[in-house]
Parts: sequence; structure tokens; C-alpha cells
Amino acid sequence: MNLQDDFDARLAADRKIEPRDWMPEKYRKTMIRQIAQHAHSEIIGQQPEGNWITRAPTLKRKAILMAKVQDEAGHGLYLYSAAETLGVSRDELMDMLHTGRQKYSSIFNYPTLSWADMGAVGWLVDGAAITNQVMLTRTSFGPYARAMIRICKEESFHQRQGYEIMLTLCNGTEAQKAMAQDALDRWWWPSLAMFGPPDAESTHTAQSVAWKIKRETNDELRQKFVDMTVPQAEILGLTIPDPDLVWDADAEHYRFGEIDWDDFWQVVKGDGPCNRERIAHKVKAWEDGAWVREAAVEHAKRAASTTKLAAGGAAL
Amino acid sequence: MSYDVPPVEGEVEAEANPEIVGEFPLWEVFVRADRGLNHVHAGSLHAPDAETAARNARDVYTRRQEGVSVWVVPSASIYASDPDNREAWFDSDKPYIHPTFYELPDEVGHM
Amino acid sequence: MSPLLTYVLRHADDNLIVAQRLGELIASMPDLEEDIAVANVGLDHLGQARHFYDYASELDPDSRDEDQFAMERSEREFLNATLVEQPNGDFAQTQMRQFLLDAYQVPLYEAMTASDDARLAAISAKAVKEARYHLERSSAWVVRLGAGTPVSHEKISQAVEYLWPYAGDLFYADDVEEGLAASGVAVDPATVRPTFDATVADVFASANLSVPDDPYARMGGRTGFHTEHLGHLLPEMQSLYRAHPGATW
Repeated sequence: MNLQDDFDARLAADRKIEPRDWMPEKYRKTMIRQIAQHAHSEIIGQQPEGNWITRAPTLKRKAILMAKVQDEAGHGLYLYSAAETLGVSRDELMDMLHTGRQKYSSIFNYPTLSWADMGAVGWLVDGAAITNQVMLTRTSFGPYARAMIRICKEESFHQRQGYEIMLTLCNGTEAQKAMAQDALDRWWWPSLAMFGPPDAESTHTAQSVAWKIKRETNDELRQKFVDMTVPQAEILGLTIPDPDLVWDADAEHYRFGEIDWDDFWQVVKGDGPCNRERIAHKVKAWEDGAWVREAAVEHAKRAASTTKLAAGGAAL
Repeated sequence: MSYDVPPVEGEVEAEANPEIVGEFPLWEVFVRADRGLNHVHAGSLHAPDAETAARNARDVYTRRQEGVSVWVVPSASIYASDPDNREAWFDSDKPYIHPTFYELPDEVGHM
Repeated sequence: MSPLLTYVLRHADDNLIVAQRLGELIASMPDLEEDIAVANVGLDHLGQARHFYDYASELDPDSRDEDQFAMERSEREFLNATLVEQPNGDFAQTQMRQFLLDAYQVPLYEAMTASDDARLAAISAKAVKEARYHLERSSAWVVRLGAGTPVSHEKISQAVEYLWPYAGDLFYADDVEEGLAASGVAVDPATVRPTFDATVADVFASANLSVPDDPYARMGGRTGFHTEHLGHLLPEMQSLYRAHPGATW
């Protein structure tokens, strides 16, 4: 059996592809690109929420938010590790992020302007992410699927805490309710757009589905998300900013209005409200840390000659 | 939401810059969930030295009390079997080393 | 305020203010692993603060809760030592501040577990485990930076020089500590000092750092006489809470 047939047979049988298996070069590249983008998204995604840690209105909320943002760093780390199994180093991937040669989810290029954004990001952005990530637990590349299983397990509180913030605001003062509605108004459309372009225009998706990297299309996932979210907004007493939103009883789906794809592409291409500052923050942290990493490497080199591994051996 | 950002028109396929050498080596992390259990591979991380790697492993992989002990091993020290030899190595055919191979009368009960 | 309430708030505030400082560092550390670690340490301190505030709430005649303590008091009412309010500065300064605090908190909490006050004993029994880990971690960084490169050695030396006077404030004692120590409730900071000094001497020796011989200590935090930094930290922390009086979050 030749290598391509072997690979195809494995996919057809729903067996995982593991790092040292032969795989088409295009599959490898697609996988590196997607996992890296996912990792970068987690890392850059720390910033919009990190923005409110110092101002969280209660100590409980501060603790929850810190733990959540910490999870995002952890999830970035798991994903970089998955990408590294394909022979690319984390530092190389970071360099591609820093130099704009690899992207991250555009949702993190919008600013968090009020506390309600912590609610909206958890409820909508994490809600959308979960829709996508649950699918990815079944993705064909083993290390990616395993990272997603761990991530989904850990993230199960993320959306709930966001929704709880919204619920508390909506049961609060007039100013708090207004804050919640404003956050929904600003985050709704970007959240829908983040599922990616419509299937009809996405050849990229078709290939990913064929390789079982993606198991559902952009439009399928988007529909699933809308169907799930609209009733949740009703419970909050908030209005989804879409005059065309209507329940289609025959299809048992909500029909929604046209997404502004021009805005979407503008943000993807780099001209969103926060693209530049997100990357600048990341690059600065990395450059500021250079002398620390150098010191650690230098210290390790010198200590290596004296380190005994006996302690590790004893642990067995 | 998709973390898979669609390619922009005219996007050049990004190639990693091979001149970038990782500053901190990669370590594989093994976590023992509880006494009496094996250490199981949990993932990997970067660290300048073994001690830091072990502490990082504690911080990264046991945030939710997943473990009572961690091991870290330099990833470069792992020697793996060759996937191309999988059939030669692992497709053994010895049904008689499994208990179900033997048919015993029901009266014998559990054995 | 009763001496016991004052005592509890002094330790609650140490932990809240340092947690607030660590919270500023999210996504700014030298590597991803350190980002995760700094959040762990911050969360531990925040948790300790909340336990102390819980107890303070029981002792308080007005039964103020943790958020009222954190959000409704002004600069002059915070009782943390001046060390913890010092800015993060560079990574060396952050780690040195942490190390000095850890070297103090480990023996403090160890002694507090023997308090005749059951609540203090219980809070410190949990906190001491976290503090020991923090100390292990911060000591390792002090050593790596001190014995790393000339650049890192210079930076960590500067951090020592800058922070040392504020470390002295951790050992402030007045009638509150002395009275409560006499009755077996509080830990007399003077009894913690020798362990602190030994830890510092030990770690600094491995880090090629010398222990400053400057006897000056910038005291005052424990009685609300802070450095100017706290007056910037608090308004940020309290802004949202104070903009919506009486709101539930």
C-alpha cells in the first residue's frame, strides 16, 4: 500500500493521524497553520479580558477573570505543543505572529470598553468558540484533538461565568442593563462573522472538511450558534441587534440578517480597531523578556555540569 | 467561531524562519493523578532547566489538582519506534496469549 | 477598630495589594509558562486576602464584606506594608518584591498556625503551603537572575537596592502585634525576622548578591502612611465599583 493510500484509508476509517505518520505536505502545512492560529488566538485573547482584571468590580469576579485569562495562556501552550509535534518550534511560530505572517482570530481585535464586555465575551465569544472546539475534539490530527479535549473540559466554566455576568447586569440597575445591551450590540455581529466566510465562498473549508480537520462547515456551526444563543438573549431580556432575525418554524432555525463581510475582511487584513496594539503589546512583552530568558539559559548552562539526575531516578 | 482565519486574497503561505532557534528546550511532562497510579503523559512545555521545567509542569498541568507528582523529561531524550516499522513491530498474531482463546465449560465459573 | 480586626486587615491588605499588582502583569511575562505561573501566584494571594477579609467581616462592628473592605476604603485606611504596593517595574523588580514577601510570609504563616485564634490558625495553615511554593519559585528566579548574565545581575541588584527599605515595613509592630502576641493570638514580627534574614542571606549567596547594610526602612504602611504608589493603584481597582454605588455584580 502506498503512503497516500495509507493516509486516505486511515482518514476514511476515522483513525487519527499522528505526528510521525506520513501525511501530504499540504495537510501538514494546513495543520500547522490552523493550530498556530488557534494558539495565537488564545494568547492574544488574554489581552481584551486581561484589560479588566485590575478593575473587576468584586474580588470574586477578579479571581474568576484571572483564572480564565490564565486558562487562555494554558490553552495557547497546549496548542503550541500540538503544533510542535509537526516539527516547528514555538519560537518560530511566535516570530510569525509577531511579524504578522500568521494571524489569530479577529474577534480579539475589538476593544473591551465596559465590564459588560467580560460578560459578552464569555457568553458569545466563548460560546462560539465552544461550538467550534467541540467539533475539533474529533479532528483528524491526534495531538490537536487531544489538546481540544483538555481545553473543552477546562473551558466549560468560561461561557457560564460570562452568561452569569450578563444575568447579574440585566437584573441590576438601569445603567447596568444599558451596559449589557451595549455590549451585546457591539459583540453580536463580530461573533457571527468569526465562524468564517459562507460555505459558498470558502474553498478552504471544503478541503478541511475532506481531511476531517473540520467536521462541520462554517455555516452549519454559525446556525447552531444562533439557534442556541437567541433564546439565551430572551432570558436576559436583551435585544439582538438584527431586525431580520426571525424564527423559521418549518426549518426549526432562526433566520438572521446579512453579515457585514467588508468589515470582517478589513479586520482580518489588519485594520481592525485593536490589531496594531494587540501585536505591539505582545512584541513588547517578548522583547522585554529577552534578557530574562538569556539569563535563564546562561544559568542553566553553568548548572548543567553540576546537576545530578539522581533525584529524578529516585522518583521512579 | 472559527480559530481558522480564512486566507486573505494574495496571502503568501507563511514559512517558518529556520534561523530562529528555540531559546528554551522542550520537555515532556508526565503527571501522576494519584498514589498507586502510573505517571501518564500530560503534554509538553518549555523551560531553561529541569527544575524550572518541573515547576512549570506543576503550574501548567496541575492547575485543577490533576496530580500529586510530576516528571519532566527532555523531549530530545525520547527515542521512538519507527512508524514505518509498525507492522513488523506490532502486528503480532498470538491469539493463545489471550484468555478468550480458551473455551471452558460454564460450570467452571470465573477463571 | 479592635486590635484583632486591625491585625487581620494588615494581612488581608498585603495579599490583596500584591495580587492587584500581579494582576497587572497578565500577558506581559518573558514566556508563556511564566504568564501562567504569575497568575497562579496572584490567585493564591487573592484567595488568602479573601480568607482574611472573611474573618475581618465577622470581627467588624459594621459587618463590612470583602468588597466593602477592598473597594470602599481609601488610601489612608489600607494597612498593607509599603513593599507590596511598589510597582512591578521590570521582571527583576517583580521577582524581588515577591521573594522578599515570600521570605516573610513563610515564617509568618508557620508561626500563625500555632495561634490560639482558631480562625487565624486555619487561614495560615492553608496559606503556608502556597507561600512555600511561592518562595521556591521566587528564590529560583533570584538565583537565575543574580547568577545569570551581567545584565540580569545588574537588574536584580538594582531591584534589591530599590526594594530593601520597603521590606523593613513588613516587620513593623505596634500595640496591635505586641498585645495580641502576648495573648498568643498574633505573631510578633520580630520572631519572624531571623528566618527572613537567613533565607535572604542563603538565596543572595547563591545569587552572588550582597545583603544591603542600609538600616533605613520606609515604615508606615501598617498605619496607613503609604508611598504615593498606592494612591494610583486604588482608584484603578475601585473605579467601576465606586461608579455604581450599591450595585450588585
